[in-house]
Amino acid sequence: MNRNWLIDWSLRAYIILALAFVFAPIMASFVFSFNADRFPSLPLGGFSLRWYEAIAEDPLVWEGLRNSMVVGACASLISTALGFAAAYTDFRYRFFGKPLYLALALLPPTIPVVIMGLAMLAFLSRVTLSGEIHSVIISHVVMCSPFAMAIIRLRLSQMDPSLEAAAWNLGAGEWRAMFHVIVPFARPAIFAALFITMAVSFDEFAVAWFVSGLNETLPVRILGFLQGQVSPRINAIGTIVFLTTMTLVILAQVLLMSRSGSVEETPRAPET
Amino acid sequence: MKRVTIFGLSFSLPLLLWQLLFFAFPLVFLVALSFWVVENYRMVPDFDGINWTKMFSRGVFWDTYLRTLALAAGASALVSILAFPCSYGIAFKLSANLRRLAIFLMVIPFFTSYLVRVYSWQIFLSDNGIFNAAFGLLGMGPYTMLNTDFGTMVGYLTLCLPLVVLLQVFGLMFVDRTLIEAAHNLRCGRLRTVFLVVIPSARVGLVIAALFCFILTFGDFVGPLYLGGGKPPTLSIMITDTTKAGQQWPRAAVIAIVMIATLLIVAFSAIGYAYRKRA
Repeated sequence: MNRNWLIDWSLRAYIILALAFVFAPIMASFVFSFNADRFPSLPLGGFSLRWYEAIAEDPLVWEGLRNSMVVGACASLISTALGFAAAYTDFRYRFFGKPLYLALALLPPTIPVVIMGLAMLAFLSRVTLSGEIHSVIISHVVMCSPFAMAIIRLRLSQMDPSLEAAAWNLGAGEWRAMFHVIVPFARPAIFAALFITMAVSFDEFAVAWFVSGLNETLPVRILGFLQGQVSPRINAIGTIVFLTTMTLVILAQVLLMSRSGSVEETPRAPET
Repeated sequence: MKRVTIFGLSFSLPLLLWQLLFFAFPLVFLVALSFWVVENYRMVPDFDGINWTKMFSRGVFWDTYLRTLALAAGASALVSILAFPCSYGIAFKLSANLRRLAIFLMVIPFFTSYLVRVYSWQIFLSDNGIFNAAFGLLGMGPYTMLNTDFGTMVGYLTLCLPLVVLLQVFGLMFVDRTLIEAAHNLRCGRLRTVFLVVIPSARVGLVIAALFCFILTFGDFVGPLYLGGGKPPTLSIMITDTTKAGQQWPRAAVIAIVMIATLLIVAFSAIGYAYRKRA
């Protein structure tokens, strides 16, 4: 192969540049949340925790955080359960209309969030479910379950389907095989799905903005701040949000990676 | 396996019912809503085309439509081009471990608050922001970057770059390496190999990546509003304005349906193009 040293290294530098672009806003939010100045710019002002104190004294922020955590926990549990069931359905069964089933299960993230928000608001207020915390949960489950399903389906595709059949042959009923074979095998993906869906729900602002009414979640609160004056308080909240979601996404990825790595290490029948 | 069992149904039905009730039905309801009328600030079920004729007869609606279309198409092209060297490098120039690390790092921002990242860009782009402070040190500027189309594009890039890179990388990893070596052995130059061998072989991944970029930017209201200034608006900003200010939900529904129709046409033509047999 003719490799060119210069091209290789400039491509690597370009990758670093792209990552820098992607992480610059996250870093800036972190740095400026500790900056004493009211209007963020360079050079930095002194170190200060005043913006964290400001948000700690804001009852609306606490309420938003509490709402976000309730919504995140409920939405992630429900959407992971639904996503697991749908992933198993796709893994095991073939039936008429399956492409339509999969489309319905996987399409929600491709619908623009403002349209989802409008549709959910119009529909939920018609059946008098809007403006409450459960209206946010309902919509977030719609948006999160495709992620849960995709993650768990990928994990199941690494499984030998004859494992389940073997359990049946050994006398296990379908439910027993499910809880002793399928669920343990999918466990890392189930946890990863819980974390990812929680992160998606914790960050979702548009649909929540439309349907939450007075029960604002934290991102909706941030949107409120954005519409007002410039305030470094957003950086302080943002840092907390970034740390939360990044932890969740990193945990999920580590779970998925370490397991898919160990699959390669499991002993296989020697090739003849 | 062919029988319908309670066991099977208890796994297949929950998501189906949930998405029919809370996803498909609300979208269908949107169509019905677009024919309702608003009387005395209350919506009344009706079958009246007035919202459609009102919206379609407004010049500002079509201006906004074309502008949103142009912005999203421009963003798809720009993000695809800017992402490509990065994806190419990740797919071909990194060791397996570094590649995994790069993918790992690119997945994180996709799930991390877009809203706060956009706010953070304001710190960089504003008139007294970080970039202008840096330009000032070099004796240049200040430049107006916030509330311009440039700002909107930065927002779109923030939204889409990680996803486009990931989709392009997966497309490029499936390119048959022996094809590239064959091209090299036949004395095909480096750039020519990229354009005549790599890009055509990875076409599906590259087109799907651009399509996702189009879908995301076409529907985004945060970037154009908080970095682009929101004037003139995009269709998504129009939806939020129409819904939030006043009770004109039926007219917002008209905009939403036009957007979904546009997305469907774009998606089907892109997928058709991606999987078309090569001539």
